[in-house]
Amino acid sequence: MKLMMHKTLWALLLPAAALLSLPVRADLKIDITRGVTDPVPVAVVPFARAVPADGGLDIAGVVQSDLASSGRFRGIDRAAMPSQPTRSGEVDAAAWRAQRADYVVVGRVVAESGGKVQLQFELVNVLTGQVLLNDTVSSPQAAVRNGAHRVADRIFEKITGIRGAFSTRIAYISVDGSPPNQRYQLLVADADGENWRPAMQSTQPIMSPAWSADGEWLAYVSFENRVAAVFVQRVRTGERRQVSARVGVNGAPAFSPDGRRLALTLSGSTGNLDIYVLDLNTQKLLRITDDPSIDTEPAWSPDGQTLYFTSDRGGAPQIYAAAPQAGARARRITFGATYVARPRVSPDGKMLAVVTQDGSGFHVGVVDLASGQITALSRGTLDESPSFAPNGAVLIYAGRDRGQGVLATVSTDGTISTRLKSDQGEVREPVWGPFAQ
Amino acid sequence: MERLHALRAEERKLKQRTLIALMMAVALLGAACKSKPPVIEPPAASGETVISAANPNAQSSGVATVNAGTGTSSPGALGPDGPLGSQRVIYFDFDSSDIRNEYVDVIAAHGRFLAGNASVRVRLEGHTDERGSREYNIGLGERRAQTVRRALALQGVQESQITTVSYGEERPAAAGSDENAYSKNRRVEIVYIN
Repeated sequence: MKLMMHKTLWALLLPAAALLSLPVRADLKIDITRGVTDPVPVAVVPFARAVPADGGLDIAGVVQSDLASSGRFRGIDRAAMPSQPTRSGEVDAAAWRAQRADYVVVGRVVAESGGKVQLQFELVNVLTGQVLLNDTVSSPQAAVRNGAHRVADRIFEKITGIRGAFSTRIAYISVDGSPPNQRYQLLVADADGENWRPAMQSTQPIMSPAWSADGEWLAYVSFENRVAAVFVQRVRTGERRQVSARVGVNGAPAFSPDGRRLALTLSGSTGNLDIYVLDLNTQKLLRITDDPSIDTEPAWSPDGQTLYFTSDRGGAPQIYAAAPQAGARARRITFGATYVARPRVSPDGKMLAVVTQDGSGFHVGVVDLASGQITALSRGTLDESPSFAPNGAVLIYAGRDRGQGVLATVSTDGTISTRLKSDQGEVREPVWGPFAQ
Repeated sequence: MERLHALRAEERKLKQRTLIALMMAVALLGAACKSKPPVIEPPAASGETVISAANPNAQSSGVATVNAGTGTSSPGALGPDGPLGSQRVIYFDFDSSDIRNEYVDVIAAHGRFLAGNASVRVRLEGHTDERGSREYNIGLGERRAQTVRRALALQGVQESQITTVSYGEERPAAAGSDENAYSKNRRVEIVYIN
């Protein structure tokens, strides 16, 4: 991270979260609500264990759950496995074909020195007998679950050609209690919803979390002082800094791809929301837009050359683009829908994820930047806050189900949907973190 | 900008009505004592109906305090039993920051009180319903708070007496995803802070 913040500027306060005890365990669980019609059958055989270095974790169970959660694969029950080999040489291809498996994953946990474990694994195509992958993931014992996710990432990529994102993290907001006495939390979890922990808690609203490109930082808006303020917080340590608490609105933070700048929305005392870019080292503030309408929700293109944002300068919210320079000229991006807001840019820079409205309500969708085509992908009526997985294949977003905020995913081709079930109260504003570096 | 023109027209209207506003406020509150309270919900638990019924005299004296503009921040006017206590929420139509006619007098009453009590300060908290994106709704909530701020300024309230904050859809007054809840959530709360 190149943020190089002055140590003296750091508030030495850890967020309240760090001081409070963890609530009872409550995870998000992924349900496939719409999958491909013919998911690929893959058997993940229990790994040979290394006791106690593997911590008792069912590695194969995590891998199989990851693959199935993508909606592209279905697992094979352990009871139906003809045997439980741990090396490819022991795999009887014909016996697995008889169980209708296309692929078999076998592996071993091997204890290493220095508190580490190796996850050695092989992927066998039992239709051809070919060993497609013979690979090893090394992981600290304390992070063996993450190691299992990385195994799933590599298997997923080998079979689909799409880089796996199971080992990445998500951040989101949870709210419990009833108005006006509510507790807001900023949570960070594994992409499968497990292993979550609070990064920040408050009795006042927290909103608009955003990751830095290196996954080291989260920016967010907190109303803890009864006014809106933007904070940046180091995810690993919890140390944080208030970077903007100017008069009026301080909102919608977005890290530039190089992590040195923060795009954000400010209103000043007159209440006119415009887009600004704050240099996190020098504190220098650059005004990008100057329009009496609402300009907000800036998002950087991956090359850092363009800011996409929401503006109602034409009457209703639409997406506009401008260079991140003072007085930049804005051009309108979206046409043909009555309401298009909150852009996020795909990792390849070719698509925007947006919130769009039609006769049936608010959905998340994508805008193809080359053609201008807007495609709604979700089917809820109050869907919002789409965020791209770092592989660009999936959006995570927030919807409502029976009066409760829930998280869901949809593939960017619209074919696969999942729901993340939660008992954490209302959950909202999911943001998918980057690949580990 | 269509919306801005609408706002200026609203302000002109407010200006013209400055004189009658106060009289109407008295009438409105008087009516509240006699029959049902006006269709204004208190922000939280303070039971407006009960107060109106239980202590009509407190309301009358509260109005007198406002009317006189004596320069004292009378607890009678500001407290939950006073007229300004029971009418601290301004509700808005969908996707609108225009002040409805029914609230012109309420805002005028607050404006007169604040103009006559320069040491009293208010925070205007703008809110929206849950529809649409969250940060855009922060913008809409701010727009509503600014409309009320300008209306108060027209009554002679000093800039230094007013701060605004927009919570967008983050702090709903009512739970639920129907128009009944939405109508209670599209609001500006006038919060007296000293």
